[in-house]
Parts: sequence; structure tokens; C-alpha cells
Amino acid sequence: MAGKPKLHYYDGRGRMESIRWLLAAAGVEFEEIFLQSPEDLDKLRNDGSLMFQQVPMVEIDGMKLVQTRAILNYIASKHNLYGKDIKERALIDMYVEGMADWNEMFIMLFVHPREEQDAQLALLKQKTTDRYLPAFEKVLKSHGQDYLVGNRLSRADIQLVELIYNLEEFDPSLTANFPLLKALKTRISNLPTVKKFLQPGSQRKPPEDMKSMEKTLKIFRM
Amino acid sequence: MAGKPKLHYFKGRGRMESIRWLLAAAGVEFEEEFIKSPDDLEKLRNDGNLMFQQVPMVEIDGMKLVQMRAILNYIASKHNLYGKDIKERALTQNIIFMYVEGMVDLNEMIMRLPIHPPEEQGAQLALIKEKTTNRYFPAFEKVLKSHGQDYMVGNKLSRADIQLVELIYSVEELDPSLTANFPLLKALKTRISNVPTVKKFLQPGSQRKPPVTAKDVEEARKIFKF
Repeated sequence: MAGKPKLHYYDGRGRMESIRWLLAAAGVEFEEIFLQSPEDLDKLRNDGSLMFQQVPMVEIDGMKLVQTRAILNYIASKHNLYGKDIKERALIDMYVEGMADWNEMFIMLFVHPREEQDAQLALLKQKTTDRYLPAFEKVLKSHGQDYLVGNRLSRADIQLVELIYNLEEFDPSLTANFPLLKALKTRISNLPTVKKFLQPGSQRKPPEDMKSMEKTLKIFRM
Repeated sequence: MAGKPKLHYFKGRGRMESIRWLLAAAGVEFEEEFIKSPDDLEKLRNDGNLMFQQVPMVEIDGMKLVQMRAILNYIASKHNLYGKDIKERALTQNIIFMYVEGMVDLNEMIMRLPIHPPEEQGAQLALIKEKTTNRYFPAFEKVLKSHGQDYMVGNKLSRADIQLVELIYSVEELDPSLTANFPLLKALKTRISNVPTVKKFLQPGSQRKPPVTAKDVEEARKIFKF
């Protein structure tokens, strides 16, 4: 178990950002190796480091883990952020899978051709206010507790708050009618490890835009 | 823990099929309620049964679980399809996640093939074949070669074996020659197919669903409005 986890990705949010949030929230220091060119990706592939030739890849506890979900599951399990039993895990999985669907819309936003982006953004906002925010507000309302599952901090809270921040970068008004989610966001943001991660100078990455995506797509030869 | 799990989906493979395979392999009897019209889906939604208004949904152990991966994870945990023992579980479980996520990626491409417009089908099929033979099958063959054991992880049957064999069957339905150069995968397929619960599921008359047809896609389009 020597050394800090090492994250292999480009210098941007993409599919690695949820992993950064979870590690940070768990108080785990990590290193990052940024892909800056197609050749950097080729090297990782040729070294046999990427099981499916894809990143994210995280070197952790002697493993070279790929697949975002596998990495998140491992970190959550290791740091007791995955519920206390199989049923709590089921709820957490259900919630974070919904979040993954929702997050996919954010991630793919700038991958769509320019002329489709307005429509995609409108769809994202609509699903946000009609499907996802109501679903999670309802969970908090149903039990009145401070955390989504089991009255205790889990990955579900951290991943949801990450998404709320992303959302508010696009349109701060979207969370207006969701008081319990806003309260959750405040509570989680005040956890010392999260507070630190939210400060400038942390390893949190800035929002992506057309320009940064163009640069990123070149690395992946897209 | 009363009653059998109840699966809510349309009568086709889609995202429910991996769940059917896993339940069947675990020897769990289950019921199915088929969504046949947009109204059926509306009813499920209006009754508040679908957290994100989507199916698959499985009623199991007092929960109404949605999201394919959440459902698969629960079934695998409950029925010990996650590798050797508690102590090794953290590591083996995690390796299993890595493997099955790759499988889900490929399975997703195969599942979506019939949905592509006719003029794109050729190109999509070619892409699936290319990824199968250059990315996914080599990765899994390499795992089996690396330890020489009968199962993907921990020398014990796990969800990784079941989901991989399901995938191999799906790939061979597209093109039987795709497994030609992967002897260890073929051997795994034979071994897993002979596990009594799996053998039963592979027989005609089981709850396994046939390959998706154009008619299935049309029906799904009407119900899910895509």
C-alpha cells in the first residue's frame, strides 16, 4: 500500500473529476500525470497499462485500475463511503448510477457538434429540473436526514454535490426550488476535506469549454 | 425476503438481459411483467415506481431498484458471485468491476446496433467487430492466460464469468467467427454453459430472450418514444 494513488488523464475534468472529488473528500492525497499529446496516450497503451486501451487509469494499491466505476467503487469501499450493508449499497448504487447518466450529459456537451449544443444544453436543463433534481430532493425529504443514505456520509452525497456545483456553473437558478439539495450542498461543502478541495489551488479542475475540448480531442485523435 | 424478484421491462433483451442471466445463473426464480404500450410505462411512472422514470426496474427484497448496474451489483452480492472470500473480496470484487465495465461497454454497442438507421448498420457492425477482436476479447483472453484458471477471478465462479459468457453468445450471434482466435474464451464459454443453472437457462422455453429483431425495435420505439 505504498505511495499515493497516481491518476493518469488529461488536465481537465472529463471522467476523472468524480474520482478526484472522492479521493479529496476521503482525505487521500494523490498525484496526477497529465496526457498532453497523442504520443503520451500511445505510450500508456504500448506499456500495457490500460486494460481496454482507455483512460481514466489510476495506479492504486498495486493495481492499474481502469473504468471510472471500478475506480470509484474501490475508493468508496476502501474509505467506508459505500454504506454499511448490501441494501444501503443498493440504494447508493441506484443513486450514483442516475447521477452518472446525468453527468454523461455534461461530459458530452462539448463533444456534440457546435450546431447541436444549444439543443443539448436545453435537454440537459430540462432533465435536470424534471428528472434528476426532483428525484434526489424527494430522497432527502422522505427521511429528513442530513445524508442521502443511512444517515451517514457516503459517496452518494459527494457525487451529488459535485454535480450540483457543475450545474450551477451553467445556470445557478436551476437549484432554486430544491431547498434540501441546497442545504446538502452547504453541509458537504463545509466538511474540512471538501472545503479544502473547493479552494483555489486544489487539484479540482476548472469548467471545460469549447476551446479546452478541442485541445483534449486532439490527444485522443478525435 | 418474501416472493420472487419481479422484473419490469419490455419483452426483449435490452438492458434487462444481463440481469436475467445473473438471476438464472444464481438459481433464482423470477417473474416478469412486460411493458407492452406507452400506457404501461406511464402507469409505472405515475405510481412513483421508477426513481428516474426509467426501466429496467426490479422489485426485490422490498426495494424497487432501478439502474442496471445497481441491480446487477445487488444480485451478485446477495448470491456470492463476487469472488472468493470476505478478506479477498475487496480486491477481487474490484477487479471484477473493472472487467464487467469493459463487458458492459461492448454489450452496449451490440445492444444499440439495431437502433441505428439502416444506412449506418454496416459501419456500426464493422466497428463492433473491430473492437471485439482488437480490444475486448484480447483483454479477457489475456486474463485467462495470465493465471490459467477455470474462472476469470479468484478461481471461483463470479459474475465476471456469467457476464462474459453472455457477451460471447451475443458476439457469436453477430458473427460466429469472432471467437475463432480466442481458445480460452471458447473453453470458458463451454464450461459456464455446462453449469446446471446456466444450461437450463440456455434451453428453449427459458426466460432468456431471443436476439433483437427490427420488430422489437419498433415496439420499443413506440413504448419508449425514441
